[in-house]
Amino acid sequence: MAGFFTNKGFQPKRQSSHPLPPGQYETTDFPVLTAGPTPRITLSQWEFRLEGLVAEPVKWSWAEFNQLPMQDFNPDIHCVTKWSKFDTHWRGVSVDTLLEHVRLKPEAQFVTEFSYGGYTTNVPLADLRGGRAFVGVQFEGQPLAAEHGGPARLVVPHLYFWKSAKWVQGLRFTAADEPGFWERGGYSMYGDPWKEQRYRDDDEPAASRL
Amino acid sequence: MSRITWQQATVTGIKAETSHVKTFTLRLPQFTPHLAGQHYDLRLTAEDGYQAERSYSIASPPEQTGEIELTVEIITDGEVSGYLNEGVGIGDQLEVRGPIGGYFVWAGAANAPPLLLVGGGSGVVPLMAMLRHRRGVGLRTPAALLFSVRTAEDVIYRAELEALARADSTFTLLLDYTRQAPPGWAGYQRRLDAPMLAEVVAHFGPAQPQVFACGPTGFVEAAANGLLAAGLPPELILTERFGPTTG
Repeated sequence: MAGFFTNKGFQPKRQSSHPLPPGQYETTDFPVLTAGPTPRITLSQWEFRLEGLVAEPVKWSWAEFNQLPMQDFNPDIHCVTKWSKFDTHWRGVSVDTLLEHVRLKPEAQFVTEFSYGGYTTNVPLADLRGGRAFVGVQFEGQPLAAEHGGPARLVVPHLYFWKSAKWVQGLRFTAADEPGFWERGGYSMYGDPWKEQRYRDDDEPAASRL
Repeated sequence: MSRITWQQATVTGIKAETSHVKTFTLRLPQFTPHLAGQHYDLRLTAEDGYQAERSYSIASPPEQTGEIELTVEIITDGEVSGYLNEGVGIGDQLEVRGPIGGYFVWAGAANAPPLLLVGGGSGVVPLMAMLRHRRGVGLRTPAALLFSVRTAEDVIYRAELEALARADSTFTLLLDYTRQAPPGWAGYQRRLDAPMLAEVVAHFGPAQPQVFACGPTGFVEAAANGLLAAGLPPELILTERFGPTTG
């Protein structure tokens, strides 16, 4: 094949039986990527909130949250640092279930996920609905470890994994797409692994104008 | 802000730092001054179109214009590092894009707090860019590097670090050998722990240092937890983790 740059003699060494998004490789480890120390949140302190453009904010304690209907989900994970991990096993509460407890205002179109420790990340509300996003509290049959975001992290597997906020404390509904922690640092506003939207420059033109 | 587009860099230098770490000097058609601590993505393309990408920290300071240095740990069976190690020579071209990352960076303001750098293995690379930048702009911000390695052979940038420590009384080099220390070694020779970190933080006196910790996941977890135990507030501790978890 001619017409594009190649590295002479470069041969793939890694193989995957799964379809990989561009630029990704498969790992069976579960790497940890965090910008600061791992927050330690006791279950008695923990709470989860829905706030922002809702008629009445709600919040759950850990005990209350664990009485919500839970389900198993088995996502593939794609991290912007290039690793993908297939067929992971989680248990948690679907965001659809959480949304049954609030009345959203019509202008709520986007969500800021906010976390213990100050982390935030943004995502369109539509991307959290329809069985595509969860608050995960168990991983591979065990309580979610603190370094992976425990007690609870958001899991939005169809986007790069930094959109799945660790140590999640709640969802804030907004009218505009407000950049979160990594997004303010130049990362993509949306983060579709299949379109390789790693950095702001990789976004669709409409998104990069925001 | 300039666009982070792919460009074809030319390899102008290859230097063995240790038996499994090499530094590649890349001349860039479009050089964008980076911040110390940022990285570049590097992409390899096979003849059938298959591509593999990895991120590598920039070792060179922004003062080294027109080119960047990437220090790469050669991973056994590594898809990208293996090719860089065996398949790339002077004059070859490599596709890169960057600089990337706006968080784990040290801008080097004159009034910045003291700088505590904690590196494990090749985690020293972005920290070296910070030290080179600090030297390049002539800052005397008190700085210390706690550099944890397995053996004496694994000290990346050894000669330069030792020369810097000799020439600059405001910089302290603290090596920690976790597997085998050289004969007569009187410094640290154990895995990083909270007492060690408390001692290193105390080195700065009453001033609380800004910490950059980079290395394998378990190492950075130990560093960050130990620094919290030593009383540093979490917002002063910036981390960059790489590699697999152990459990």
